[in-house]
Amino acid sequence: MSILAYNGGAVVAMKGKNCVAIASDKRFGIQAQTLSVNFEKVFEMSPHLYVGLPGLATDTQTVHQRLKFRQNLYELKEGRRMSPKAFSAMLSNLLYERRFGPYFVEPIVAGLDQNYEPYINAMDLIGCITQPDDFVVSGTCASQLYGMCEVLWEPNLEPDDLFETISQALVNACDRDAVSGWGAVVHIIEKDKVTIKHVKTRMD
Amino acid sequence: MSNERYSFSLTTFSPSGKLVQIEYALAAVAAGAPSVGIKAKNGVVLATENKQKSMLYEEQSIFKVETVTDHIGMVYSGMGPDYRLLVKKARKMAQEYYRTYEEPIPTAQLVQRVALVMQEYTQSGGVRPFGVSLLICGWDSGRPYLFQCDPSGAYFAWKATAMGRNYINGKTFLEKRYSDDLELDDAVHTAILTLKEGFEGQMTAENIEVGICDENGFHRLSVSTVRDHLANIP
Repeated sequence: MSILAYNGGAVVAMKGKNCVAIASDKRFGIQAQTLSVNFEKVFEMSPHLYVGLPGLATDTQTVHQRLKFRQNLYELKEGRRMSPKAFSAMLSNLLYERRFGPYFVEPIVAGLDQNYEPYINAMDLIGCITQPDDFVVSGTCASQLYGMCEVLWEPNLEPDDLFETISQALVNACDRDAVSGWGAVVHIIEKDKVTIKHVKTRMD
Repeated sequence: MSNERYSFSLTTFSPSGKLVQIEYALAAVAAGAPSVGIKAKNGVVLATENKQKSMLYEEQSIFKVETVTDHIGMVYSGMGPDYRLLVKKARKMAQEYYRTYEEPIPTAQLVQRVALVMQEYTQSGGVRPFGVSLLICGWDSGRPYLFQCDPSGAYFAWKATAMGRNYINGKTFLEKRYSDDLELDDAVHTAILTLKEGFEGQMTAENIEVGICDENGFHRLSVSTVRDHLANIP
């Protein structure tokens, strides 16, 4: 089994109308054995910038720490917030520096840029960025998430509808994966507020 | 720095607390060809003298005004070879920044990093300080920037300034001429006039260099454009 699927977990992000959503499950396990149902994989990097790091849990934490380290240095040196694009380029570089001994995470970046335009992207574990204009998925049930998102997502969803869409996509995808689920958390990012909602799911 | 067993910095404090090496470097700058920088409402201008001693010299083949990236340019007063090293480093730093963040380097960041290099050469073993002061101009976040970078690693943000030979007169001249609502074309005019103060011999389009930076980026003016500007000066 791939080391990427050792701990299980899934992250998904979607664009809406003047908003973006990013959601993750909360399971942490070792192969089939669930150890925690309180392990979030999405992190707030700045008020309008979130990153999801599904994959090997130890690398989720390390990459998050190293990202914060570089971001702090950037923001102190330049006296300004990092744009999602610059942040993604930096993350991509961080991952590619470990080209032949990679961190086992497949990150998703979601946020609003300087003009409050929605921004999402996903990258593989060595930092190759894909930047579609609908949704991105990552984690052990990525293929199930693709199916759900293809069916449910539509353009220009309002924040409330976007929440419903992303929650249904994540919950139903996780139900078809043995190592994801056990609770979920959804972040809806708008210009002047971020809503965090914890979603109840099957716990088996 | 080197493989020798000992390698001391040449720049050491004198008993009075001065770093004379840096003062000598500033003297090398003050003896160099004059250069001028002026910030206008819609851009920045850099200008310098590029006068050669022999009429056999081939003009328009080696330049003092150089582009660092699309939106940043620089010029110097002092020693040419030292300047070319700094241009090379500045260009590399700008590209490295772009590679890391996929956005063009802010002028203030480039200046800070160039200044850091200049400072290193005042504290490292086996090296001497740079014999140049730089004028770095740029355009980002919708406004112009103009900085001066000294051999000590100190840097300043100016509205307008002059360096090199006769720089005190140049600055006095600029203090009288500068205004906040200057247009770029007027700034080019003023920059050339400042160079003309204390210019020895006839000023031509061939023996000065002008670079401008606005929202479209930085570029050195062609000889014919400089000639047009000179034509407007009595």
